[in-house]
Amino acid sequence: MQEIIDYPSNPELAKKLLVKLLALSERYIDKYGRRPVIMEVCGSHTMALARTGLKSILKDHVNLISGPGCPVCVTDQISIDAMIELTEGENRIICSFGDMMRVPGTKRSLMESKTAGKDIRVIYSPLDSVTIAEENPDKEVVFLGIGFETTIPILAATLKTADERNVKNFSMWVTTKLVEPILRTLLDSKKVTIDGFLLPGHVSIVLGKNSYNFLVEEYNVPGVISGFESVEMISGLYKLIEMLMIDDIHIINDHKKIVTDEGNVYAQRLMQQYLEPVDEAWRGIGVIKNSGLDIKKEYEHLNAKKRFNITVGEPRKTKCRCGEVISGLISPNECSLFAKSCHPINPIGPCMVSTEGSCAAYYQYMRED
Amino acid sequence: MCVGVPAKVLSVSEYSAEVDVMGTKMNVGTIFVPEVVIDDYVIVHAGQAMKIVDEEYALLSIEEWRKLVDARDN
Amino acid sequence: MSEKISLAHGDGGELAHKLIQDVFVNAFRHFEQSKLDSAILSCDADKIAISTDTFVVSPIFYPGGNIGKLAVAGTVNDIAVSGAVPHYLTSGFIIEEGFLLKDLIEIVESMATEAKKAGVSIIAGDTKVVEAGSADGIYINTTGFGSIKKDRIDPDKMQAGDSIIISGTLGDHGIAILAARGELGIKTELKSDCASLNYMIDAVLKTSDKVRIMRDPTRGGLATTLVEICEDFHVSMEIREEDIPVKREVHGACDILGYEPIYLANEGKIIFIVAKSDEQKVLDTIRDFTEGVDAKIIGEITDVGSSKLFLRTELGTTRRLNRLSGILLPRIC
Repeated sequence: MQEIIDYPSNPELAKKLLVKLLALSERYIDKYGRRPVIMEVCGSHTMALARTGLKSILKDHVNLISGPGCPVCVTDQISIDAMIELTEGENRIICSFGDMMRVPGTKRSLMESKTAGKDIRVIYSPLDSVTIAEENPDKEVVFLGIGFETTIPILAATLKTADERNVKNFSMWVTTKLVEPILRTLLDSKKVTIDGFLLPGHVSIVLGKNSYNFLVEEYNVPGVISGFESVEMISGLYKLIEMLMIDDIHIINDHKKIVTDEGNVYAQRLMQQYLEPVDEAWRGIGVIKNSGLDIKKEYEHLNAKKRFNITVGEPRKTKCRCGEVISGLISPNECSLFAKSCHPINPIGPCMVSTEGSCAAYYQYMRED
Repeated sequence: MCVGVPAKVLSVSEYSAEVDVMGTKMNVGTIFVPEVVIDDYVIVHAGQAMKIVDEEYALLSIEEWRKLVDARDN
Repeated sequence: MSEKISLAHGDGGELAHKLIQDVFVNAFRHFEQSKLDSAILSCDADKIAISTDTFVVSPIFYPGGNIGKLAVAGTVNDIAVSGAVPHYLTSGFIIEEGFLLKDLIEIVESMATEAKKAGVSIIAGDTKVVEAGSADGIYINTTGFGSIKKDRIDPDKMQAGDSIIISGTLGDHGIAILAARGELGIKTELKSDCASLNYMIDAVLKTSDKVRIMRDPTRGGLATTLVEICEDFHVSMEIREEDIPVKREVHGACDILGYEPIYLANEGKIIFIVAKSDEQKVLDTIRDFTEGVDAKIIGEITDVGSSKLFLRTELGTTRRLNRLSGILLPRIC
């Protein structure tokens, strides 16, 4: 089995498939007079496409545009400021995913708060924050729960754990985003032509292939669920363009070894038990109805938004264009701040600082100068 | 923070498992894969195993890629 | 002697004197030099190489070594990569009140052992003790002195076609430290590669007189170190992903943690840039050493005048490599 696991990283195979993909793309360009426009939804795909060099080598053949796949990047500034405002209180421990630490806030970032002496901890597994609460009974412990559907079930599991262990000093600030509403919004807005979607390999573990059927049924846009190795991404792009060439539009599950039609029912059940749909504000787009999940009323004792009175003012205005980047309207290097006043050490917006951010991917892997 | 490489399950407890990713070991939660057993491969995200890798489909993918490489362009 | 270091151990009085004699002088054996305020040395070379470094690694004890061993090996290597023969080290200690004496003894004895291995003497030092909370256990500074009897490396001769060689696998130290910190929940058998490499460097310089430059890729890793060479000497380079030696465990850990091996710290590896004609014999020389068995030729200088580092990916694409930027890494050196 180990060989099977290692196989997709086979570079020889990837090179051969790449040749096929380039040839197919050329036939598409001949037929339609332009490159196919494919949106990679997931931030991990943006990173993988950039790091492997695929994005560069395909640039004259496939128009790959980054989408809204980074949960920190799509969170609007007011929500970010509110989460950072939580650190102002006394006797609190704020636990967060590493990605949130250097996201710029209107006042300051979590990292700057930490440097100023606040107890802020980077967590890899959200369940650890419940343990921290148990170990520090005299402090209020808040976990900043951000993420898409890969992470949301884990947030639900964390709530369940805190609830069952009756941890009174634990709460979670939930700011989550859902994939379907944003895809609908992007397609409805028609601001960007999208011929097809490279669908996220890991979110799909939870959602299942069938949850993307609306793309075909309501929008006639194909999608391929794909993994993150070069071979897998090349294969996914190939199948997308092939569908476009023969005008036979489907959702293809090209990652069957971990994605099923119905998804992970345990994860779905847990989400439904603790969370309910809410309207969420998306950076650069505005409020989208029922585009996020938040804690249900019966569990509001775990909801940091109910426990703490947090108010924030108007966010500081900057020239940051993250909102346009995540909608696929511009490429990171088209932002006037890119690599000048905005870079990973001094980010103006979240896209430059998140490990899944499009600007960060471009800065790290695709800068020429 | 997605882990790309599948992790091999070394041991299983009630709600967790010890897994190995190419020699690095860690503990993960198993509430989303309650049927997991030793020697399964799982996908890990934020400290939780999210799915057991289906070996049959893994083999099928390899076959498909091989076929794709050999197919004639039309 | 008491079990823990107290402020009195650093105040110059009775307890401080006893500590110096019983722990430091006993280990470093610098009996004569320790009687004077300065160590008096003579040197029969035209040029002296001096390098200083302060070590704040956490955790202090990790698989493959401890802060003391690191403090010696790190500075020995810095002297040796400049083309000098290292002879002497000084060592300054800042110790947090409450530090365990047995830990201090273990660290100091490691330093003595490593110094002996490298053929250097530790001949001067200083000890201060600070209040609990003012330091994280122990910090060590070492300053090294080496002699250069004749110039053996010439970076100005770097030219297109020169080979870039790495003496072994990348990222071992970085991952060993990150795992040892315990915060990330990963466990690994990996050990730090921490080692003094002056004998390996000397052997290479005896084999070839066309070594352009040598560097040890510590913080920032291989990529950052090569970028610095590109910028300092206005050369461009290309390295090949498929040739870069990385242990399987490091790949796995990097995958979990989201890091890249070419940006992780190494404490027992050297980059050699050498004329292409000498690449094979230099490689063979390195591989004769235990620390160099995995040495590989990983790339070449592509031109002189511009200052860019490129990576040729396994897929055959090329991308620009920049300095390590913006990734939060805890103290690993």
